[in-house]
Amino acid sequence: MSATTWSGQVPAALEEVDLRVDLAGMRLKNPVMTASGCAAAGRELDSFFDVTDIGAVVTKSVMLDPRSGNPTPRMAETPSGMLNSIGLQGPGIDSFLATDLPWLVSRKARAVVSIAGSSLGEYAELARRVGNSPGVSAVEVNISCPNVHNRGLVFACDPYQAAKVMAAVRRDVPRDVPVFAKLSADVTDLVTVAESVMAAGATGLAMINTLLGLSIDPVTLRPVLGGVTGGLSGPAIRPVALRCVWQVHQAMPDVPIIGIGGIRTGLDALEFMLAGASAVQVGTIIFHDPSAPIRIVTELRAELAARGVTSPSQVVGLAHTPTADSLAATDLEGLRSP
Amino acid sequence: MTTSAGPLQQRAEVLSLKRVGAYHHLTLVAPGVAERFRPGQFAALAVGGPESALLLRRSFSIYRVRDSGTYGGTVEIIFAVTGKGTAWLADLVPHDVVDVVAPLGRPFALPKEAVSCALVAGGYGSAPMFALSGRLLDRGCAVHMVLGASTESRLFGALEARRSAQSVIVTTEDGSVGIKGRVTEVLPEVLERTGSAVVYACGPMGMLAAVAQVAETHGAWSQCAVEEAMACGVGVCMTCVLPVIGEDGRTRMVRSCVEGPVFRGDRVRWSDVGTVPEGTLGAPSGGWPQ
Repeated sequence: MSATTWSGQVPAALEEVDLRVDLAGMRLKNPVMTASGCAAAGRELDSFFDVTDIGAVVTKSVMLDPRSGNPTPRMAETPSGMLNSIGLQGPGIDSFLATDLPWLVSRKARAVVSIAGSSLGEYAELARRVGNSPGVSAVEVNISCPNVHNRGLVFACDPYQAAKVMAAVRRDVPRDVPVFAKLSADVTDLVTVAESVMAAGATGLAMINTLLGLSIDPVTLRPVLGGVTGGLSGPAIRPVALRCVWQVHQAMPDVPIIGIGGIRTGLDALEFMLAGASAVQVGTIIFHDPSAPIRIVTELRAELAARGVTSPSQVVGLAHTPTADSLAATDLEGLRSP
Repeated sequence: MTTSAGPLQQRAEVLSLKRVGAYHHLTLVAPGVAERFRPGQFAALAVGGPESALLLRRSFSIYRVRDSGTYGGTVEIIFAVTGKGTAWLADLVPHDVVDVVAPLGRPFALPKEAVSCALVAGGYGSAPMFALSGRLLDRGCAVHMVLGASTESRLFGALEARRSAQSVIVTTEDGSVGIKGRVTEVLPEVLERTGSAVVYACGPMGMLAAVAQVAETHGAWSQCAVEEAMACGVGVCMTCVLPVIGEDGRTRMVRSCVEGPVFRGDRVRWSDVGTVPEGTLGAPSGGWPQ
């Protein structure tokens, strides 16, 4: 690839690329994180790569009480994606703080803790307990899980409810701990929701959560999932996620965004950053390739180097500006098509 | 970090793929698996190649491992074509490459003493039984096998069983070979005749439930390897759960990939698989669905 001719840019050497990023004041080794619900609390993936070598581990959304989750079947494979209906199974905050978080901290991994409540009060209590736990780099507020028993509790579908949750969480998390709101694309006007959670005190946005979907079994002629509907994830949703990041970055260029949705390669990660994400999360592809997060770090480095970019921060939102032309290849030979 | 005990992920070359009755026998070059393997563990294969639209891994009991030889270490699995993913596997040819993670899961627990054991399998659920039999024989255990299937072509390893066990009974539902009927119909007689202290089982859920019940009735321990649909196989997706009673008497929804696939038969709430029974840790009151 180094032989490719670029207009205005010469390829950089891999070691010239410094992948460190500043995400809302958090210094990350690189912009690649795991997505909540796709990495448990990091421990299982440590068999496949060193979890301290990625930007951060975002833990599976923890609730106040232990939760059994939904009946099985909980997943259905769909074209380039999957539907899941886990239903926030988890050990509850006591067990999480006693076992899962200390492991991440002892491993010296960057821990971003995702919380999910079923009421404002629960979000506030989770915020208080997680926010005051040593070793928590940031809190991600899951207001958009589609698999809760009462779909009316998807706070992220209502700008007012979303803001109330964010305000409650922000109040109870120390100022120096960033708080990200995880948003759903299943809304009419995402920018309104984004503006409302930012106004309520969010430090940044994580987008998107899964999209609500359905799959029907050709044999039983009934919905495949025990929970009937499920959350669609994987490369199938990537263009939707990318559009969301684009729209919100365009409306609020200064808001830190974590791009999530079907990222499979370093090039996919670069796309999200060009659309306006300062960092990315890798989710469903972990089920396909448990070492995907570290592979994507390596690939992202190569994609940046090939374009003569030495820091990820240089490309954030670049697709919105005419500057992008200077990085575009004049000679497409040797470039992988997206 | 990677430890010598943990699973390995590797791009494994296909050494051979053979038809065996209604099944396929795949051998992959996967150095390091044999040294870590214990019977009952499984391999999770990515299907469809690097750009695959089929994202979920397919998990299979490990049939056999070899630690060296001409091709380096190998791992072998048996599978049936049940959908697009397994159809892709069935079209592999030597030198093709498959991303494989192995060995995964908790293995069969082995008895501390040289007791008599019954190994019961349905269809290609017999695949993990031969490695298990080897380990049991090494410990001085007597091994008695019961292999069942709907019909002769769906039996796997009946011949190999004769070399791996002191006694073998074959059942088919259509009577095409062996005794006409199901494994659970002959199992009580086998347990009485052999005085088996442990029953090992692998096969469909319904069979496992029935085998666990027969073992219980005869005062034998049972070790059942379950087949739950898995997305990742490594413990992160939470899809392959089933209700299992813990040491503390509490039912939990546990992952069959990391807490299984082998469970004590008397711990699994077989009739409640597919539900979240009332009283399960974290279940809504009344269980789910109601």
